[in-house]
Parts: sequence; C-alpha cells; structure tokens
Amino acid sequence: MAGEQMTLVAALNASLRTALVEDPKTLLMGEDIGRLGGVFRVTDGLQKDFGEHRVMDTPLAESGIVGTAIGLALSGYRPVVEIQFDGFVFPAYDQIVTQLAKMHARSRGRVRLPVVIRIPYGGGIGAVEHHSESPEALFAHVAGLRVMSPATPSDAYWMLQEAVRSDDPVIFLEPKRRYYEKGEVDTRPAARPGPPTARVVREGTDLTLVAYGPMVATCLNAAAVAAEEGRDLEVVDLRSISPIDFDTVARSVRRTGRLVVAHEAPVFFGAGAEIAARITERCFYHLEAPVLRVGGYHTPYPPSRLEDEYLPGLDRVLDAVDRALAA
Amino acid sequence: MTGDGIRLLAPDGTRVAHPEHAIDLSPEELRSLYRDMAMARRFDAEGVTLQRQGELGLWPSLLGQEAAQVGSVRALREDDHVFPSYREHAVALGRGMDPLGLLRLFRGVDHGDWDPEEHRFHLYTLVIGSQTLHATGYALGLAKDGSESAVVAYFGDGATAQGDVSEAFNFAAVYGAPVVFFCQNNQWAISESNEKQTRVPLHQRAQGFGFPGVRVDGNDVLACLAVTRWALERARRGEGPTLIEAFTYRMGAHTTSDDPSRYRDAAEVESWRAKDPLLRLERLLRAEGAADDAFFAETEAAGEALAARVREGVRAMTTPDDRNLFDHVYAEPHALVDEERAAFDVYRAAFAQEG
Ligand SMILES: Cc1ncc(C[n+]2csc(CCOP(=O)(O)OP(=O)(O)O)c2C)c(N)n1
Repeated sequence: MAGEQMTLVAALNASLRTALVEDPKTLLMGEDIGRLGGVFRVTDGLQKDFGEHRVMDTPLAESGIVGTAIGLALSGYRPVVEIQFDGFVFPAYDQIVTQLAKMHARSRGRVRLPVVIRIPYGGGIGAVEHHSESPEALFAHVAGLRVMSPATPSDAYWMLQEAVRSDDPVIFLEPKRRYYEKGEVDTRPAARPGPPTARVVREGTDLTLVAYGPMVATCLNAAAVAAEEGRDLEVVDLRSISPIDFDTVARSVRRTGRLVVAHEAPVFFGAGAEIAARITERCFYHLEAPVLRVGGYHTPYPPSRLEDEYLPGLDRVLDAVDRALAA
Repeated sequence: MTGDGIRLLAPDGTRVAHPEHAIDLSPEELRSLYRDMAMARRFDAEGVTLQRQGELGLWPSLLGQEAAQVGSVRALREDDHVFPSYREHAVALGRGMDPLGLLRLFRGVDHGDWDPEEHRFHLYTLVIGSQTLHATGYALGLAKDGSESAVVAYFGDGATAQGDVSEAFNFAAVYGAPVVFFCQNNQWAISESNEKQTRVPLHQRAQGFGFPGVRVDGNDVLACLAVTRWALERARRGEGPTLIEAFTYRMGAHTTSDDPSRYRDAAEVESWRAKDPLLRLERLLRAEGAADDAFFAETEAAGEALAARVREGVRAMTTPDDRNLFDHVYAEPHALVDEERAAFDVYRAAFAQEG
C-alpha cells in the first residue's frame, strides 16, 4: 500500500507541514493555532516545529486576520489563514469580498493574492449557534475567489496543497463533522492529482447524485441503501465549488438521465440552483426528470437538538431519489 | 492603585481604604453579595457536571469571575440594561433571569429565547464583541428618549481586539452614550494570553477614545460594585461612557470542549486560587462578625437546592417540535418559508405512514 491511513485532521496537518517545509514564504495565521494547535488541532505541533514567525497566533479579530494576510501576500508571502468556525468568518467578509477577491482584477493582473482561508464548516456536531453554517454560496457568488471543499483525507491533503500553490485566493471549506474519519493518503509528490476536478466516486446508471464536502459520505450511504432496492446510483464529488467542473457532471447526467444535488446549505439561492440551471441548459434532452435539490431550509441553522431535521440525511436524499425516479 | 486595580478588599479579607471609591454596606448587604456569588458558583458547577453527563452540549464556566459579575450587576438599577457575552451567568441571575433559560441554549433546544426586556437582560452573544455596539446604540436610544437608565456591556479581554469593540468605544465617546463597558479581563482568550491580544493595559484604551478607563480588582466584589456604581452615575449625569477593566482570572477551561493544560501553567492557576473572590469575602464576614457558620451552611444548602432544581429542570427539557424550524424566521408572512413548511409537513406525514 502506497498510502497511510489518517484522519482528515491529520491529513490537513500533514499538508500544512509540507507547505511550510516547501516554501519559506508560507505562513499560518489564526486564533489559537499556536500552542493549542487550533480548536480542532489541525495545526497541532506546527508552531513548535516552525516557530512563531511562521505559525502566528493572531489577536481575536477576523477582519484583522484577513486584512493583514492581504498585506502579507502583497509583500510576497503566502498566508494560510484559519477561521475558527464558519459563523465567525463574517467579521472578515468585507476584507474577503471587497478587497481580497478584487485586487487582482483591479490591478489588471499585476497583483496576486495567494491567500488561503481555511474554514471548518457545516453542522452535525451538536454545536451552539454560529458553529454549523455552510456559507459556500456566499463565497462562490463572488468573482475572484476560488472555493473548494474536500470530502476525504486524501483530498484534504492534496486539495490544500493546490490551494496553497494557487495564485488566487482560495476559500477552503473543511467538513468538520468528517474531521475524524479516516482514509488512505498517499503524500508522495508523484501521487499529486493536480487541480481538483469533479470525480465520480461511485459509478451507477440510474441517477446521478452530486455532492461535496460533508454530504459526499451521506450520498455514498444513500447509494448503498438504494442498491439494496436494486437502484444503481452514481455519486459525483464536486470537490471544487468555484469553479465547478460541469463537464464531469454533464457526462454523468447524459448517461443516467437524472440528477439530484445535495448540500447542507440552504437550497434557496444555493449551489444546487446553479448546478440545476447549468445542467438543464446542457443536458435538456437527456434529462428524464427535473433536477432536484436537497439541502437546508430557508431558516437560520437551528439549535442542535433540531439539526437532524434540518440537515439533509440519508432519508431526505433517498426521498429525492424516489421522486426523481418516479418522474 | 496596585497592578490588580482599585481594591477595597484584600485577598486576606481585610478592608483597603480608597479615597474615591469608598463603600459602606450593611452586614446584610455583604451577606447577600456572598450569597449571590456562592449561588452563581454552585450553578456554574452544575452546568459543568450536566455537560459532562451529556445533558448539555457545552458550558462556558464562570469559575473565578463571580465577584466581577455579582459586584457589577449589583450596581445596576432595575431600569438599567445589560448586553452580555456568553459567560455572564451570574449577571443573569443577578437580573432575576430563570437559570433554566440559559441552560436551554446550552442544551441546544433554543438559541436563548428569553424576552430581553423582561429583566432588561439582552440575548447572549456568541460572536465576539458584537454586543458592545448594540449596547452603545441602545444607550443612545435611551439618551434620546431623555431616560435616566444606563446600559452595561459585558465582554472579555480577547474581545477588545475586535474592530467592533473599538468602533463601539468610538461611537459611545462621540455621542456621549450612557454606557459602561465592563471588560472581564480573565487573562485568557481560549489559549491566547493578554500579550497576544494587546500591548497596553486594557483600561488605558479608553483614554485614546476620550473617556475614562479604570482597572478594578475583579476578584474584589466590593470594588467591582463601587466602581460600576460610579461609572453608572457618570452615565446618568450625561458624562458619557466609562471602561472598567475587571482584572480577574478564568479558573476553569474556556468551555467544556477546551483543555487548558495544553497552554497554561498549573502554577499560574494556583497563584490565582489564593485570590479567590468567595474566600475573600468569607474572611471579611467572619472577621467582622457579619456571618457565622450557620449562615455559610444555609447558603450551601440553598446552593444545593438551586443545583437540584436546575438538574431536574434540564433533564425535563424536551426537544421542541421540529416544525418550530419554520417559526419566526420572519416577522411577516414569507411565501418561501410557507412553501418549505408545507413540503416538510407532507414529507413528515409520508414518513409517519411508513413508520
Ligand atoms: C468573531 C468570533 N471569532 C471567534 C470566536 C471563537 N471564540 C469563542 S470564545 C473565544 C475567546 C474569547 O475570549 P475573551 O473575549 O477573552 O472572552 P472569555 O472567553 O475569556 O470570557 C473565541 C476566539 C467567536 N466566538 N467569535
């Protein structure tokens, strides 16, 4: 076996370590990432090994973190920023949207801002308010930002490498409820898969399920359950949410004729809407049913005791599959 | 002023004279301050236990900060308002809040749905520093109405690094808002000590914005009461905001999810244990003959009764109907929410049939 079994957190940690070793201009910044190693321990041990100049505990100020990272990037550094939880990125939203995303275009390409903003996101961990949000659409809607979300430890390792190497700002969304799930990771440079494109993670013929981040595992489970009922579902992991690899999705849909998109974020104005529209344009004559979406409601993320109702679980995905197949 | 700030009660329980902030309390008042601190401590310990038993999702402990909270809240008048962060459990009790209301939030059955106007205790705020602006705006509203009520905003040392808090200081100063900024400097923002947040003693910040800032010994309930009272009087006289830095210590973990042994020394914790706010007042009460063993036994029993009530109350909390998801998203009807609620009902009914 070429790889090693590790958790998603360990893969991210290894990836950051590689980035720090490979490029002295790479810096880590964030609240509690030093001695504590971050609240999820993603940066565990890195300050000890690379020092406070490269692994910087920042003051408790998200706008300050991202704004300073912009300045560091302008002076030739490659900051990788940790936002402690999804709901706390908004104090930095102004810096991200109005500054980070736009400087490259404004300067007609003269300025590059290779800043990575890592955000543990999504629900399912029984947390209090502001600790379970899925803000991907809010970032994907902004031109100039790349948005990606790994679903497995191997993708976590390699996609973070791609994010750090990218000369564009990357919003890197980490599915926190999958942090402690294990998978095989081959960290040898030769194993580098290249920029993240969508991947068919399970082949099938009856319907395509598209997901990313935390929902990939849910969709794979749904496909396994559906298989017992004789339904052969294909599962596509997008991996990158901006840009989206529509070619891979379209190829799959042309074969299966049906599409269900699942994400935790609210359905209304969500990534699923974009995918449904584009795929309908591209695959209209191949579709045998309307594209269906499964996701969060148009409500605030609920208190944790209600989150199982809010989050699209196995049953809601299967329900959508039933409806698409019935059409 | 010592490095610990304005002090009226030394750690050994002896009184300290102060020219501006002298305070004259009756034995009954002293006992009631002690009782409030003891109840808060017992309530807090129950929060930790309930989380350990899986009854709560999370609990941010106030252990060590009882004097800062009880002393400051005692200075408020009934008509004053509090804008808290998320660790202000003793302030909540001091305002007459039902402790179970706080626990519902940490159990995950609601987001803290008490009526902020009932006890003039506004909603807990988890996004660091945001509430300082709300407090400032609320205080401005009161001033525009010609009211003599004032507002206290609670926040931590880490919060002072947020832009929102600086903006609140500036707005309050510019408009002369009747707000008291009460910063509990418990020395830690999760794993980051003060040096990682600021290079000036926090109370000195106020000067740059044009209003007074003072440090008070946050483990001295008498000083916290006296200084907050003084700041509130300034606010009522139309003299604008004050920043109070209550110099204290978070004895426990940041929350029940945190392991402080990863980032701080046991010796530091021990040195603060010697400054314990309850022990300090107990010494004074005993030395001055203001309380006897019977009083302390009574207080302990009352604490146990509170803990039992809280325990029972938490265990009895039921998960709300999942249809609640769709309630109160908007104040007025909203077609999309109505549509999603209807779809949810159909889906649930189908399940019930299969079930
Ligand atoms: C905007 C924002 N960023 C990050 C967090 C995560 N967080 C929760 S508490 C905390 C530390 C707060 O420290 P301090 O202000 O000193 O208050 P204390 O917890 O010590 O009472 C952090 C970083 C948050 N809640 N809000």
